Amino acid sequence: MQPYDMPDEKGHFGQFGGVFVAETLIEALDELRVMYEKYRHDPDFLAELHYDLKHFVGRPSPIYHAKRWSDRVGGAQIYLKREDLNHTGAHKVNNTVGQALLAKRMGKPRIIAETGAGQHGVATATISARLGLECVVYMGAEDVKRQAPNVYRMKLLGATVVPVESGSKTLKDALNEAMRDWVTNISTTFYIIGTVAGPHPYPMMVRDFNSVVGVECKTQMNEMLGRQPNAVVACVGGGSNAMGIFYPYIDLREVRLIGVEAAGHGIETGKHAAPLTANSPIGVLHGNRTYLMQNEEGQIIETHSISAGLDYPGVGPEHAWLKDIKRAEYVAVTDTEALDAFHSLCLTEGIIPALETSHALAYAEKLAKTMKPDQVILVNLSGRGDKDINTVAKISNINL
Amino acid sequence: MSRIANTFKALKEKNKKALIPYITAGDPHPDLTVSMLHALVDAGADMIELGIPFSDPMADGPTIQRASERALAHHVGLSHVFKMVKAFREKDDKTPIILMGYANPIEAIGAETFVERAKNSDVDGVITVDYPPEECMHFTKLLKEKNIDSIFLLSPTTELDRVKLIIEQASGFLYYVSLKGVTGAANIDIEQVKSKVSIIRELTKLPIGVGFGVRDAATAKEVAKISDAVVVGSRMVQEIENSNKDNLISNISKLMQELREAVN
Repeated sequence: MQPYDMPDEKGHFGQFGGVFVAETLIEALDELRVMYEKYRHDPDFLAELHYDLKHFVGRPSPIYHAKRWSDRVGGAQIYLKREDLNHTGAHKVNNTVGQALLAKRMGKPRIIAETGAGQHGVATATISARLGLECVVYMGAEDVKRQAPNVYRMKLLGATVVPVESGSKTLKDALNEAMRDWVTNISTTFYIIGTVAGPHPYPMMVRDFNSVVGVECKTQMNEMLGRQPNAVVACVGGGSNAMGIFYPYIDLREVRLIGVEAAGHGIETGKHAAPLTANSPIGVLHGNRTYLMQNEEGQIIETHSISAGLDYPGVGPEHAWLKDIKRAEYVAVTDTEALDAFHSLCLTEGIIPALETSHALAYAEKLAKTMKPDQVILVNLSGRGDKDINTVAKISNINL
Repeated sequence: MSRIANTFKALKEKNKKALIPYITAGDPHPDLTVSMLHALVDAGADMIELGIPFSDPMADGPTIQRASERALAHHVGLSHVFKMVKAFREKDDKTPIILMGYANPIEAIGAETFVERAKNSDVDGVITVDYPPEECMHFTKLLKEKNIDSIFLLSPTTELDRVKLIIEQASGFLYYVSLKGVTGAANIDIEQVKSKVSIIRELTKLPIGVGFGVRDAATAKEVAKISDAVVVGSRMVQEIENSNKDNLISNISKLMQELREAVN
């Protein structure tokens, strides 16, 4: 079988992906594509990247056998890839370090980013501080309220946080606003997109920088168990942590790849953020073609999820492609199921997971029960949950 | 010959430049759009750009985004837009109407259906902001088959090879975006626009319109000197935003007349 080799040179994953932007952005994207091609295999660039991933981020992150939790759940053994132990507390930093180093090579002194839960914003502010770059983060006004600790973190790191009041005031609107900034300040500014969406080359580049996760997993699983997992499970909003762990496993056909979307109040209620699971129509948003939550007139509809990081109406085009070619499976879990898994992991393993990650954990629980004790599920524990304690406390009627 | 080409030809014979206002369909209310279109023509518009409301207008500034939000509050979508153009045509079969919008509402009904309905309601041209020519070859071909013009944007950063590629796909006119930014952003640099427009002019016989950042009559006058058409969007929408239903028509007519006099 041919090794997996996507996207094509124009950034298409079959009918998905591409470059759907106004003419004013084309030149900047061309420049980025050329520079990324130049540096992605450049030994000096890679040495610099690996140095920072090791000494600044703290890679490799460990894989941990959640034995007590696995026993309690019953069925397969659940292993956790501990991206929550990275500097800044999530997988997002793998990509921001990569893109910021690229920005530095391109001579761009100003960094902009969009953020939902704030993890990507914090990761971007962190690396910008480290490299002495100006940093502006766009964040939906609704998310600014939901994620106050992360907003303050970004400010401590010297970033300017701009609350976005337009549209639904969430992640998609932050992305719109960041695009507008970019088009206006194109010669000085590098836009660090945090997920595997946006116009080409972003979906590919963000995947590549995050694929260090899957690459490490293959080695670590081999060292720990002498084998690879039966299934890899990761949550999917835009889908960067999932692409990061899936990508190196795509050609290992015997490993099931399962993306877990946010079902919010339940797919049947319409209040969710699960375009793949809900069979949403194909459309164009934020520079790429993908499955997209929209009404009959093609207006993007509001999404719902307890986790700000999954609250996005689209999904990275490569996930759309992996769904269509049936290489990955996509499922969804509700707010309630994610919360249950959140508490369960806190109590049995002493790990507070992010609410985003809790969706993957909730599905791993369901899946494990259907499997045998000698089978293995690897979950990407994409982020830690400290940022979510206010949200969870509020739901439990606890005033902090 | 298309209505757009005819309009440019007639203006050229009179040594005049085209003036193209932009309004968003359904802003401030869908019942007002058709009478606003007629009022703009009466006050001197040569063609009209009619915006298709979209929830995520990435290339537009806050003014035009708010116009979309006002229209969407009345659930205005493509089906209404086509009806408005059809209603406009009952009294005006001369003034070209150009639909301007984003790819997703078009893809939601399908390119074939969109083109068929556009033709049925007598639309003359289409600008799809987030369809660069490489990503919409099929759509451009469908439009061409129905004799509807595909109008593409050119930007200050568009390199010469790309300008040539865009010209091959374009018809009606070329829309030069006069600044690096979103609609309604900072003031434009006339000298810079002038030099870029003259480079483009050597490559094509298509008329060249200039828009994004034409904020007042004085700027319109300067832009008219170096182009074939002046597009006024955010300034017109701002006028709509600042009007009430009693003075709306008279306010937009007055602004249109000021622009007309300046451009003449």
